[in-house]
Amino acid sequence: MSILIYTENWDGKFKKVSFELASYAAALAEQTGKQAIAVSLGEVENSELEKLGQYGIGKIVTAQDKRFATLDNKAITKAIAAAAKQVQAEVIILSHDNLGKAIAPRLAIRCNAGLVTAVTGLPESLNPFIVHKNVFTGKAIAHIKIEKEVKVLTLAYNSFGLNEKHSSVEITSFDPDLTDSDFSMEVLDTTKVTGKVLLNEADIVVSGGRGMKSADNWYLIEELAEELGAATACSRPVSDEGWRPHDEHVGQTGKIISPNLYFAFGISGAIQHLGGVSSSKVIVAVNKDPEAPIFEAADYGITGDALKVLPELIQAVKDTKNQ
Amino acid sequence: MKILVLIGNVPDTTTKIKFNADQTGIDTAGVQWIINPWDEFALTRAMELKEAYAGAISSVVVANVGSSQTEPTLRKALAVGADKAIRIDAEAKDAFFVATQLAQIAGEYELILAGIEASDYNGSAVGGMLAELLDRSSVSAVTGLDLKDDKLLVTREIDGGNQHLLCTTPLLAIVQKGIAKEVRIPAMRGIMMARTKPLEVIAPVESSYATSIQKLELPPTKAACKMVAEDNVKELVRLLKEEAKVL
Ligand SMILES: Cc1cc2nc3c(=O)[nH]c(=O)nc-3n(C[C@H](O)[C@H](O)[C@H](O)COP(=O)(O)OP(=O)(O)OC[C@H]3O[C@@H](n4cnc5c(N)ncnc54)[C@H](O)[C@@H]3O)c2cc1C
Repeated sequence: MSILIYTENWDGKFKKVSFELASYAAALAEQTGKQAIAVSLGEVENSELEKLGQYGIGKIVTAQDKRFATLDNKAITKAIAAAAKQVQAEVIILSHDNLGKAIAPRLAIRCNAGLVTAVTGLPESLNPFIVHKNVFTGKAIAHIKIEKEVKVLTLAYNSFGLNEKHSSVEITSFDPDLTDSDFSMEVLDTTKVTGKVLLNEADIVVSGGRGMKSADNWYLIEELAEELGAATACSRPVSDEGWRPHDEHVGQTGKIISPNLYFAFGISGAIQHLGGVSSSKVIVAVNKDPEAPIFEAADYGITGDALKVLPELIQAVKDTKNQ
Repeated sequence: MKILVLIGNVPDTTTKIKFNADQTGIDTAGVQWIINPWDEFALTRAMELKEAYAGAISSVVVANVGSSQTEPTLRKALAVGADKAIRIDAEAKDAFFVATQLAQIAGEYELILAGIEASDYNGSAVGGMLAELLDRSSVSAVTGLDLKDDKLLVTREIDGGNQHLLCTTPLLAIVQKGIAKEVRIPAMRGIMMARTKPLEVIAPVESSYATSIQKLELPPTKAACKMVAEDNVKELVRLLKEEAKVL
């Protein structure tokens, strides 16, 4: 019996989410007395695979098959299920990112498992197996019991953090037994966002709403983000207006994020917006309306004009860096 | 080609959540129900495609697993333009239960559209489960969908980028915002027509559930927001560094 994580790679490299998953699996393995194992699909060098050992993974099963690069949901599901069978996985955990969300439900069916997505921590109890997640877009927390022998979970971003725990890793390859017909999609082209901090993974997010007045003022948001090594985000009307791309939209119908620090400039704090950001560890709001609901969700606030506060904040951050 | 759009019936997004007596569900008294926002995007795109390719797309059907209380939501989907609605008459216990119910009717549709999430239990599960039950390909986080000859041209968001794909049918596409620009609001004419469109009620198949809610609770309340004067931005930076320790 084991705890299995699926660690996605992008061009052969793992991202922070994989190490967070590893940390989570190692903690769960300790709690249950089982081994924490990772499955890796696609071409990843051993030196990269071994990094998972720094977060408590003792064993890695890998299928070095280039075809996984097309991210075919069906093929990836089959492969993880094959690995799960081989290592007798009792709990299988994926990240709650685009790929994890796409694969986990398929995998649950294939492994006859119970699924809970976007869990926010280790199980409250193992027998019965009960985990917590946010529901009603952050308005409530549910304690959910999985009724099946095998469990599939996805882990909400930044909900567990990284825990270094060195372990020596044994790397073995396995054959997921896939044929070309398992890969049915043809990728025409891929555009990767480069040189930008990814919204889901960012520790700090700088976000703007309609109170920023126009797309022309976004250079301020970008400059602050640049100074802080942060990602940029926006409220829904801002992306609807085309001031910013859709993939920056956070909230109920956009991305759900939980950075350590979230800045909201000129965002009213509508319930649908808060649904996507309320699990941020610290929220800072700048709004000229002292009654704006965002202040109820914020930890720190300034009543004032975002367009005036931003340049000063950029300067203040620069100053502290130079100290 | 026939398109099936899965429709979730969820509380209006501004609903203040109250729990039922044993805290395992919500108190539905006074709740306004809506089409799950992502399903509304999916339905809008399905209607756009049907209008653009009238010859290639013969019908758009919507389906829901729920009690008769969900019918107003299905009528709304018909008013938006769907040709037919199917309701599988059972309480939606969990995603597994819902997906197994839908599997009995979904196989005949070359294209199935599901929303990436439901705004009640935020499961992101039904679409993927259904695809696996039907043993068909699925694409997720879809932000663009079009026909190209006898194939589908799909744009999806991957983690850290975007991808264009050419997919064959049968396909299940799990969609998110971006797929359709403005969601469609039913017009008077649509509402009138919806009254006479077919709403078929089907008995559920024998199934079980894989998860159950033990308890719901409210998130912890936040401490009051600490206000900093507009002309004292330095102080904010100091607090974030020294007190909150996030800079
Ligand atoms: C089904 C549904 C789903 C939705 N999903 C989402 C979602 O996912 N994400 C989302 O964000 N919204 C969502 N919305 C929309 C949401 O209800 C709000 O309309 C939206 O969040 C408001 O965006 P905003 O705060 O940028 O704009 P506004 O509500 O217009 O607020 C602008 C704010 O800026 C302040 N302001 C103006 N000028 C300045 C200035 N110079 N300096 C400082 N402050 C200033 C104003 O006081 C105001 O508080 C959804 C709505 C529905 C119905």
